[in-house]
Amino acid sequence: MSHVVVDGNSRELLDRLCAIPRGQKVKECLQCGTCSASCPTSHAMDYSPREIIAALRAGLIERVLSSNTVWLCTSCYSCTVRCPAGIPFTDVMYELKRLGVERGLNGRDGTTTAMAKAFVRSIDHHGRNHEPEIIRQFYLHTQPWKALGQLGLAWRLLKRGRLALRAHNIRGLDSLRKMLAAVDDKEGS
Amino acid sequence: MSASSRRRMLYFPGCSLMATNRAYDVSARHVTDALGLELVELDDWNCCGATAYIAINERKSFVLSARNLALAEAQANGGTGELAICCNGCYVALRKAEKYLAEDALLRQDVCRALRDQGMEYRGKARVRHLLEVVVNDCGEQAIKGRVRRPLNGVKVAGYPGCQIGRPFGEIDDPEYPRLMERLLGWLGAEAVPFPLASKCCGGMMMTTQPALGRKLTGRILRFAREGGADCLATACPLCQINLEAYQDKVSVVVGADCHVPVLYFTQLMGLAFGLSAEQVALGDNLTSSDKLVAADASGAEESQ
Repeated sequence: MSHVVVDGNSRELLDRLCAIPRGQKVKECLQCGTCSASCPTSHAMDYSPREIIAALRAGLIERVLSSNTVWLCTSCYSCTVRCPAGIPFTDVMYELKRLGVERGLNGRDGTTTAMAKAFVRSIDHHGRNHEPEIIRQFYLHTQPWKALGQLGLAWRLLKRGRLALRAHNIRGLDSLRKMLAAVDDKEGS
Repeated sequence: MSASSRRRMLYFPGCSLMATNRAYDVSARHVTDALGLELVELDDWNCCGATAYIAINERKSFVLSARNLALAEAQANGGTGELAICCNGCYVALRKAEKYLAEDALLRQDVCRALRDQGMEYRGKARVRHLLEVVVNDCGEQAIKGRVRRPLNGVKVAGYPGCQIGRPFGEIDDPEYPRLMERLLGWLGAEAVPFPLASKCCGGMMMTTQPALGRKLTGRILRFAREGGADCLATACPLCQINLEAYQDKVSVVVGADCHVPVLYFTQLMGLAFGLSAEQVALGDNLTSSDKLVAADASGAEESQ
């Protein structure tokens, strides 16, 4: 890295990370790499979990959010339980995902972001998630032709009565929507 | 078992168990019933938000969990408000909300106000528990061993409770080397083969969003189970279940090794050991065949008599 910039943007991001439960721990990162070594998907990431914190400190976090890094986190919490500094890394990843969505940076290919958005939409509509609807929305917004590859599985599930053809709306849907709206701020959708 | 000694516990099935993974729901209700524990479904529960909602909006995801916890408190009927959960994803989402709402005053204030405006109260009294832990700790060794009619003698099982059962808090099982499943399998007469991948990630949603990566992760688990001599895998999470059972042909190609192995919920194995019928554990729902397993189980039962 040619130079290190701790600009206002990075400071704002750091403040956001510190505001999540236990987020203050981010400041205590030792750069030991235990997170990267523990992560089951770090081998496929453009930047490893350790490098995310380094990038944050160097003012390069937008580069990370534009890459295929944070959306490859599967939420297995392996890094979180092993981090010697006690950083809740999976929660840090969630905050970075939210930041990316806010800034229109959905990662390089955007598939996992599309899935998360489809999931949220289904819950907002029904109070529960309706899997066939989510899968349909997901392929519609990503690579529709790839849905063909899922037809075989859909048929096997259908034969066993494992496909819910109709969505179930909870009775308290209206009040749930009002609760969700009441805490809605600028983050995300 | 007399009616008076029956226990009741609130139960949160979660969206997956409504259709795609209903075999988990069916078998869980039957085996707990056989142990004198009645699962009472939480009325009008909503989705926990899983790992997706929190990736888009944090506070809203905590509202989803808080509403479920508030329902559990309201429906506790003078009981403890304990909520048994089958799905690892739901378990972590609700347990995390329970913990963070207790720790973070600002978060609690925002979320509780949103609920209160809709006539609901969350007091921090509900207790989230995973069904595997309820079965092992509350029902216990004696009751489970005593209920076994057809011990799974000679059946080798790779116990795979998954990543989110012991993590992130490590409260009910070791985050690295989980033991609950292994102990339970032993009580059923099965042989739990050493399975170091018991807490490794199955890939979760990556199986759909990043298939190449997802197949690598499930491939590692399936291959290791086979190479360890397992006759089947036992899961405790609906997402692990479908990831491991649905793509074995493709995964075998990616991994370059035969990855075909039956995948069952731990509740289905309990049911088989209890002598319940295939219908009572919805064995026909599974995408992998358990025929050989059931045959081995039957011959094992004969040997033990």
